[in-house]
Amino acid sequence: MRHDLTHIQRWIAPGSRVLDLGCGDGQFLKTLQEQRQVRGTGLEIDEANITECVAKGLNIIEQNVDLGLGNFPDQSFDTVVMAHAIQAVHYPDRVLEEMLRIGREGIVTFPNFAHWRCRLHLGTRGRMPVSRFMPYTWYDTPNIHFCTVHDFEALCEERNIRILNRYMVGNTDNKPRLARAWPNLFAATAIYHISH
Amino acid sequence: MPDAIPADSVGIVETQKVRFDEPLMLACGRELPGFDLVYESYGELNATGSNAVLICHALSGHHHAAGYHSMDERKPGWWDECIGPGKPIDTDRFFVVSLNNIGGCHGSTGPTSINPETGKPWGPDFPPLRARDWVHSQVRLADHLGIDCWAAIIGGSLGGMQAMRWSLEYPDRLKHCVVIAAAMKLSAQNLAFNELARQAIVSDPAFADGRYMDNDAIPAQGLALARMVGHITYLSDEAMANKFGRDLRSGSFELGEADSVEFQVQSYLRYQGSQFSGSFDANTYILMTRALDYFDLAREYDNDPVKAFAHARCSFFVASFSTDWRFSPARSREIVDALIEADRPVTYVEIEADEGHDAFLMPIPRYLDVFSAYMRRVGEGC
Repeated sequence: MRHDLTHIQRWIAPGSRVLDLGCGDGQFLKTLQEQRQVRGTGLEIDEANITECVAKGLNIIEQNVDLGLGNFPDQSFDTVVMAHAIQAVHYPDRVLEEMLRIGREGIVTFPNFAHWRCRLHLGTRGRMPVSRFMPYTWYDTPNIHFCTVHDFEALCEERNIRILNRYMVGNTDNKPRLARAWPNLFAATAIYHISH
Repeated sequence: MPDAIPADSVGIVETQKVRFDEPLMLACGRELPGFDLVYESYGELNATGSNAVLICHALSGHHHAAGYHSMDERKPGWWDECIGPGKPIDTDRFFVVSLNNIGGCHGSTGPTSINPETGKPWGPDFPPLRARDWVHSQVRLADHLGIDCWAAIIGGSLGGMQAMRWSLEYPDRLKHCVVIAAAMKLSAQNLAFNELARQAIVSDPAFADGRYMDNDAIPAQGLALARMVGHITYLSDEAMANKFGRDLRSGSFELGEADSVEFQVQSYLRYQGSQFSGSFDANTYILMTRALDYFDLAREYDNDPVKAFAHARCSFFVASFSTDWRFSPARSREIVDALIEADRPVTYVEIEADEGHDAFLMPIPRYLDVFSAYMRRVGEGC
């Protein structure tokens, strides 16, 4: 499993109720279920991913996050997770608000667009970066709202969202110190634990 | 007729009948003095009795869900696409039971059976039934077969409603509830179509207030019309367009032609209607549509489906089909939302399909894949 996801587990109480928005193939939810005994529900729209999640024995709802989450009652989950999906929704700010309406706490991870490699790519070649973490060309990508560590924190401040914890992952596992010291420049992936 | 039984078929199957002599108290307050249930089973019950799956049939369905009764049978059972070795409801793994409900007309006690009090067929005097009565009668069958807890209870349409009712009435007797193309209650439009079907039947002169059996007659026209109405609602606009378009079966559009224009779809509906009127009982159709009309999952739980589902102990699998307008995906999502709010484990899929309500019977690849994946999970828990 991606090691950013391993880290998140510590923020999730054993036995709690977790909603995973855009849960992909369900690997993270499956691990949470096994290691933290959470009662998990995933939301996903990709058909192959949904079948994969069902095969893993997960509870999965076919639902498009972009079309709203109004069907989930207030505070009906302990934690709402959105891992590497917020950059792919139409209204990230609204999804954040919804996450914290539905859950007591939220966990968001996203690729940091201000990472030095992105900057270098854009700065020297003048073209949209394509990398392992962002493996899409600009015209054929699900990612429509890239942001940076600074952007995300500014949005949280504007919306009175508290940042309980943050964790920065460098582009290789051996540079955690740089990522922590200068996250906006050195974090490839940013992970936030938030609440109202 | 199959030239040879396909490898993924349950093969030649035999119908069984079981008699229950203890009276059954019905939701309407009347008592049914004993009853017969006709059923089929596919696969083997394991030593602990933990691999049993119950199939609940839809409005006009019956016990013959898979395989063939003989090599002369033209078509296999109604859900042969999903039941068999290697199919979603895998008979190599599960012991599958499919029955004809009471009130039916395919061997279980119903309006065409003899009323022991009069020595004559029940006809219109057969007591009105609710989905819960079916569930109670199915419990007797489970006891008879030695099944304390079903690995899964599965149903499409009205069958899905029975499965949900099981989850509330006997929460400890099923582990998984599979609800396909169903709803927690009918919409006004659904009620209207059912009323239209019933009116078609009762206004047939041969209906004779439901006592047609006394006259050795059947309200064939009315039944056929009822079926045609039903059939239209089970298909989608796309399905009809794909299947028939505006193709002519006879006649032509030329002016002055003596023959009237007849579209393919007209002859198809007439064929379906006449087939049905020859094989289905009018009083049963009225009884079944009424049971469907009166089904309301949450009525006795303060009309709160969340409160209702709080009684369930099983996991749920809910599936809907994009072009189903009889039980639209929105109706299935109501079920799912209530289950989430009640903190019940639920999986929901919405299958893209052109076939309308009937899609639940069709071999749609994605549907079969995800249904199989869920049933493997059911099997692992056996």
